[in-house]
Amino acid sequence: MLPNTKTKLASPKTRAMLLTALYIAQEQYGWLSPEAIERVASRLKLTPGQVYSTASFYTMFRLKQNGQFHIQVCEGLSCYLVDGAESIIDYLRSRLMIKPGEITPDGKFSFEIVQCLAACDCAPAIKINDELYGNITCDKIDEILSELSSKN
Amino acid sequence: MFEPVLTQNINRQDSEKIAVYIAHGGYQAARRALLEYQPDELIDMVKRSGLRGRGGAGFPAGLKWSFMPKDPQIPKIVAVNTDEGEPGTFKDRQIVERDPHQIIEGVIIASYAVGASRAYVYIRGEFFLGVKRWIKAIADAYENGFLGKNICGSEFSLDMSVHRGAGAYICGEETAMLESLEGKPGNPRMKPPYPAQIGLFGYPTLVHNIETLACIPHIVSRGAEWFASIGTAESKGPKIFSISGHVKRPGNYELPLGTALSELIFEHAGGLRTGKQLKAIIPGGASTPVLTADKVDTLMSFEDLEKAGSQLGTGAIIVMDESACMVEVARRTTKFFAHESCGRCTPCRIGSVRLFETLERIEYGKGLPDDIERALRLSENIDGRTFCPMGAALVNPARSTIQRFRSEYEYHILYKKCLAGHN
Repeated sequence: MLPNTKTKLASPKTRAMLLTALYIAQEQYGWLSPEAIERVASRLKLTPGQVYSTASFYTMFRLKQNGQFHIQVCEGLSCYLVDGAESIIDYLRSRLMIKPGEITPDGKFSFEIVQCLAACDCAPAIKINDELYGNITCDKIDEILSELSSKN
Repeated sequence: MFEPVLTQNINRQDSEKIAVYIAHGGYQAARRALLEYQPDELIDMVKRSGLRGRGGAGFPAGLKWSFMPKDPQIPKIVAVNTDEGEPGTFKDRQIVERDPHQIIEGVIIASYAVGASRAYVYIRGEFFLGVKRWIKAIADAYENGFLGKNICGSEFSLDMSVHRGAGAYICGEETAMLESLEGKPGNPRMKPPYPAQIGLFGYPTLVHNIETLACIPHIVSRGAEWFASIGTAESKGPKIFSISGHVKRPGNYELPLGTALSELIFEHAGGLRTGKQLKAIIPGGASTPVLTADKVDTLMSFEDLEKAGSQLGTGAIIVMDESACMVEVARRTTKFFAHESCGRCTPCRIGSVRLFETLERIEYGKGLPDDIERALRLSENIDGRTFCPMGAALVNPARSTIQRFRSEYEYHILYKKCLAGHN
């Protein structure tokens, strides 16, 4: 006889808490490590597979570690049109000496290329952790980076 | 001179606070709707106003309301779409951050009209400030008796909560948004059944973009006739247009639907950068077909843009001057769609990547003689063959630029460089 699988199914309302739970786990662990995924799964009575399938679908859930300051550079059309995107990506590459997706050796910075940040009115735009920065230039990035470098 | 309606509050000090909203007549429309109108009268009023959805598809709002089952025994839900992600669009972010109570008031009226007792807000994960504003606004609305039990002393009760998305463009599609609200990957559902029949958690659900909901209090307080008097024959009411790209003053401008594209670009957004000529316009967000400069007198309405060979979409205008390379515009936009494809159906998952690769080859001087035909053939095989409307959306940038700027593609392939002077 098949085991009674019915008791294992979480109610749809519990599953609805998954995105929120993943955000909380991500904040606690810094990223969604396999351990974090397991913990979310057991708390919500879901399988790790169900949790992983949702976590890996969304770009804001980090399945690997980022730097303390994670920089997202928009490469959307509006940012490109006003000379953003590539020029800023190139600048970050040479300034931080890392490629998109990598972390600086001191663990301070990482950066990635993202799609539209819905900030086309202040393009070119970048985001560092939760903060949006508009009308960005290479000089402005210098300023921001030196300010962040001195933070702990 | 048009008086802004939807954005009338946003420049006030502390415009996001409930006290400021109430001091300027806020929640009066909800009170009137709950105490003086029957639900059917409100549905009829929205129908007469001619309001069409502002999230991109332009479906008549009143009709959508009337699709909701009337049986009071069936629990119903209103889902509020703040998952703004269409490149070029930044109107929803501004409304949520600066005037969230206007949307809550619209949600109260809509929920009462369709008999919903629960409202779920879905907001784009990247909108950190927007999330905070939503949470605060809902808490304040509860405290002031505009949410919860017996709102404004009426029989009507409504609960509302906020859910954050986590960075997926496709979750702006209504059924994908419902999946995401249920904690699943945002794969669109098969339609029918439509959300009005089987929506969130299996209950009938009314899904609206927040700009649509923001129109509702104004329709109730000023009347359907007032709303219908603004705009063109098939496109009624005020609309927030987001303008970006090569203009002097990018930003959001609220104007009647049917305002000429030229008025928006040259008067409101201050025209193009000095010494440059207009080359192309995307009138409704990155998924709408690119228009050539000679269409600049087109009116920004559903029907006029359709006639001009494009769509109103979300009303997000991206302006490009002569320096823009149209192959690069198509390549970049297609890259976006390839990245955002949810992967559920083959034409979109594979087709978007193949289309992007073809455009990338052409842009970087490695184009093959039959690449233009290949791109067109791919477009035909994607459009109309996908699970959700994203298939039609993703081919628009490539197909429209090939149709309207074909010589640039040919030049790229023949001379391995760009006609607009890039590379």
